[in-house]
Amino acid sequence: MALISTQSLSVDTRLKNISMQLQRGEVLGLIGPNGAGKSTLLKTLAGLESFSGEIMLEANKIDAYSSSERARLIGLQPQMVDSTWPISVEEVVALGRTPWHDRDEAAIQQAMQMAGVTEFAERTIEHLSGGERARVWLARVLAGQPQALLVDEPVANLDIHYQLSVMNVLKEYAANNNGVIVALHDLSLAARYCDKLCLLKNAECVAQGSAAEVLTESLLHSVYQVEVEVDLNRQPPVVLPK
Amino acid sequence: MVQKIKIIPYLSILLLLVAWLSLWVGSVSVSVLGGLTDFVSGVVSDQAIIVGEIRLPRTLIALFVGAALGLSGAALQGLLRNPLVEPSLVGASQGAALGAASVFYFGLFAAAGSLAITIAGLIGALVALLLMLALSGTGRPSLVILAGLAISTIAGAALAVVLNFAPNPYAMQELVFWLLGSVSNRGLDSLYVLAPALLIGGVIILSQRRLLAALGLGEQVAASMGLSVNRGSRLVVLGTAILVGASVSVAGNIGFVGLLVPHLLRPFTKYRPDQLLIPAALAGALLVCAADIFVRLLPYGQELKLGVLTSLLGAPLFIWLVVKESKRWL
Repeated sequence: MALISTQSLSVDTRLKNISMQLQRGEVLGLIGPNGAGKSTLLKTLAGLESFSGEIMLEANKIDAYSSSERARLIGLQPQMVDSTWPISVEEVVALGRTPWHDRDEAAIQQAMQMAGVTEFAERTIEHLSGGERARVWLARVLAGQPQALLVDEPVANLDIHYQLSVMNVLKEYAANNNGVIVALHDLSLAARYCDKLCLLKNAECVAQGSAAEVLTESLLHSVYQVEVEVDLNRQPPVVLPK
Repeated sequence: MVQKIKIIPYLSILLLLVAWLSLWVGSVSVSVLGGLTDFVSGVVSDQAIIVGEIRLPRTLIALFVGAALGLSGAALQGLLRNPLVEPSLVGASQGAALGAASVFYFGLFAAAGSLAITIAGLIGALVALLLMLALSGTGRPSLVILAGLAISTIAGAALAVVLNFAPNPYAMQELVFWLLGSVSNRGLDSLYVLAPALLIGGVIILSQRRLLAALGLGEQVAASMGLSVNRGSRLVVLGTAILVGASVSVAGNIGFVGLLVPHLLRPFTKYRPDQLLIPAALAGALLVCAADIFVRLLPYGQELKLGVLTSLLGAPLFIWLVVKESKRWL
C-alpha cells in the first residue's frame, strides 16, 4: 500500500487533478517551472492548504488524523526558513519534536547525526553558512521522525558539495522504510537521486514515472520552452539546457 | 519536556528578597514578621496596620503588575517575532486609560468605590481588545500591529477629548497622575482584579508556549508541526490583553517593563520564546517591586511616580538596544 496517495487533488487554481503515489523506501521528485505548483502540492500534503479530492495516508483519509497525528507522520521542510531568534542548532533541531510534545534526546541526536550537524550543535544559527543551515533545517524535520518527509527546494543556493550531502541524507532517510518527496529545480540531481518523478506544469501533472519516462527532451522542451540535452546513461546522469 | 533552566530559582530567590525588602522599607521601621503575624491573626497594632494594610498591598500589586507586564511582553515579542514590541501595542493600555478616564469624567461605577477605576479600566481594555481582534482577524503580526495602532490612536484621541473637557482641574490632575503609573494607595481589593487576570492570562499564554517556540521558525513550519497558528495567535493576544488591561487599570501606565525584561533575559533562556515566559514574569515582578522601593527611598516630597521612573530608566536602555541592534546589521 502506498504511504501517501492522492486522487484528483485540487487546490483552487493552484493545483488541478493531481493523482500520485509515494511508496515506502522511495524518493519522489517534483519538478517543473516556477509557479507550477510544486510548493503548493507539498504544503497541501502537509495540511497547510485546504483542498478538494482525496489524500490518503496508507489506508486512511488524511482528514481522519488530528493535526498532531498528521504532523507526526508527515514532516514538511518549507522552501524559505529562517530563525527569528539566534537559537543554537540543537534547540532548532529540538523544535522538530513539537508534534510529539516531548524532547526526545535520542531522536534529536540521531537527527543531528544523520544531517551531519552534530559538530556545530552548540553554535547559533546566525553564525552558520547557508550550506550548514540547510542541513540544520533538515535535521529539524528529521527529529520529528516523520514517515513521509516533504522537502521544498532543499539544495537551492547550495554549493555542489552541500547539494550532494543533502540529497544523500534524503536518499538514506527514504531507504529506512520511509518516503521522501522533494521539489527540485536541478534536473540532473532529480535524475540521479529520485526513484520516481512527477513533472508539473500550470498546476497539472503532465508526466510521472521513472527518470527515463519523464526526462525526455521533447517533454522537457514542451514544459520549459528550452532545448534540453538529456543523457541518462552517463554516471551520474546529465540533464542540461542547451 | 521542560528543560532545567537555572535562572528560575535565582529569580525566585531574588524576588522573595525584594518582596521582603519592600515590606520592610518605609518611613517607619517596623518588624516585618511581627507585622505580618499580627495582620494575619487579626491583632490590631501599629505594625499590623503599616505592614499589612499599607506595605503588603503595595508590594503585592507591584509584584502582580510587574509579572503581568513581563509575561505579556515576552509573549507578544514571541508571537510577533519582534524584540522591540511592547505590550501596550495591542491597544489595551490606551483602552484601559480611556475607561479609567471616563470614571474621572462621568463618575461611572460610583457604587464600586475605589475599584471603580479598575473596573472601568478593565472594561476599556477588553473593548479595545475585542475591536483589535475584530480588526486584525487572523492574528498575523503585521495586522496585529496595525490594528493595535489603530485602536490605540482612537482611544488616545478619545482620551484627549476627555482631558480637554475635564469638568474640573482636580479631576484632570488626578487622572494625569493616575496615568503616570503608580502602585501606591491601592487597596488589597485591587488584587481581586489582578490575581484572576494574571492567572487566566498566564494560563492562556502558557498553553500556547509550543506555538511561540515554533513560530520562531515561521508560520509554515509551525503549522506543519500540527499547531493551529491562527487560533493560537488570537489566544496569545487575548491573554496579553487581559494581563495588560488588568495591570493598567490598577496601576496606570508602567512603561518599558514589558519591552525590556524579555530582552534582558533572552540570553539566559537560550533565546527560546517558550522558556522565556516564566522568567520574564518573575523578572517583571522583581523589577517593578524594586523600582517601587526606589521610589519610596527618594527624599520626601512630591512622590516620583513609578511609571515615570521605569520610563526614565528604560529609555536609555532602549536606546542602547537600538544601537546594539543596528550594529548587528552594519
